Amino acid sequence: MPDPVRLALAIAAKDIRAELRSRTALQSALVFAALVLVVFNFARDPTVLAATDLAPSVLWVTFALAAMVTLNRAFNVERENAALDGLLLAPVPREALFLGKLLANLAFVGTVELVTLPLFMLFFNVSLGRALPGLLGVTALATIGFVAVGTLFSAMAVRTRFAELMLPVLLLPFMVPPLIAAVQMTSRLLADRPLSEMWGWLRLLALYDVVFVTLCMMVFSAVVDE
Amino acid sequence: MTGSSAQAAGVVQRGLVLSAIGLLALGGVYVLALGYTPVEVRQGLAQKIFYLHVPAAWSALLSFSLVGIASALYLWLKDPRLDRFAAASAEVGVVFSAIMLTTGPIWAKPIWGTWWTWDARLTLTLFVFFLFIGYLGLRAAVHDPAERARFSAVVGILGMLLVPFIHLSVYLFRTLHPQPIVLKPSAPSLPPEMLTTLLVSTLVFTLLYLGFVTARYGLALADEAREEARDAA
Repeated sequence: MPDPVRLALAIAAKDIRAELRSRTALQSALVFAALVLVVFNFARDPTVLAATDLAPSVLWVTFALAAMVTLNRAFNVERENAALDGLLLAPVPREALFLGKLLANLAFVGTVELVTLPLFMLFFNVSLGRALPGLLGVTALATIGFVAVGTLFSAMAVRTRFAELMLPVLLLPFMVPPLIAAVQMTSRLLADRPLSEMWGWLRLLALYDVVFVTLCMMVFSAVVDE
Repeated sequence: MTGSSAQAAGVVQRGLVLSAIGLLALGGVYVLALGYTPVEVRQGLAQKIFYLHVPAAWSALLSFSLVGIASALYLWLKDPRLDRFAAASAEVGVVFSAIMLTTGPIWAKPIWGTWWTWDARLTLTLFVFFLFIGYLGLRAAVHDPAERARFSAVVGILGMLLVPFIHLSVYLFRTLHPQPIVLKPSAPSLPPEMLTTLLVSTLVFTLLYLGFVTARYGLALADEAREEARDAA
């Protein structure tokens, strides 16, 4: 049997290729993220609250909502034409299958985040400067955690009634710890605070990623196998 | 009546008897709380809610932990009884969480001066409640019983692990910020009357938990028996 990492990469490549050919989900998610940013700008009283004060929360709520929209599609495409059954019949360990789907989702959500970030800087008049590498790191760490749980849940949600509603209701509580950590670290990064102030949050994020990526990989077969 | 539905009726009966005893004993807790325990010096009568709030919180967290444990065991043993138990426990947990989340603010308003605060423990219990609701929502949205059992077990396990993370993140959130000075009850060692009443009430709430879960478990059995009968017909 080929090694699981290569299988996972093959599955991720398949998803990315399919998405690049249609581009529907990614495009809608990007437009959605831009709209959320615009709405946020008008949901704030500019005489009371400066845009920069609200910036970290706006960024992360936008990322979270955009991720949700993107994740909803992850297993929807597999459901059409019973494509998932085909994948499950292939001699692929479930861990590799999960990893592949996770990598593809990370690529999609990461793309949305990368495009949203400059828009956010533009709309909210934020100059990242030296905070940029740190912010990218925090974004990666936080995204890995909640996309892992989201990948697992979207595999379940597509097989329920009200799939589009089920995923957010299940996933949002799980987004809370990474979001709190990410917002806290983003506001410190933007204020140019030293790393020592973020150490606790960084460890929390790393621990969350390790625990939930492992756990989701372990229980994934309970979700897809009859 | 088929054998399995008679068995289900028996379980429901047992659950109802336990619940009835628990409810009678709950009346006793009211008597103890109002007549036997002294009135707290600083909080006055508002403190009496403590004898319901704390035991309700205990039962809510007990049901939540047992959902998590039963879920993990289900994925391992695939025993439908574990799934039925987890579902019953989650439903009863929602009730106790709701009692906890309503009695808390009623007490907090006169004592803390606010209905709600984003304290670590409050946030945690709120999310326990949300997780229960999500868990039950998922159960309602999946038709196939085996699939429903597997899906809800997965959510049960993940939920159990999420709770410490929520606690930790809210705790960090609070300690890194200057904390407003909230009037908090210092925890003096309780006078024996108060402690006895609290312990009695906790026992009563545990009994109620057992009664409710047993009744709910029996109802799930009855439901399955009916489905089977319909499929057979």
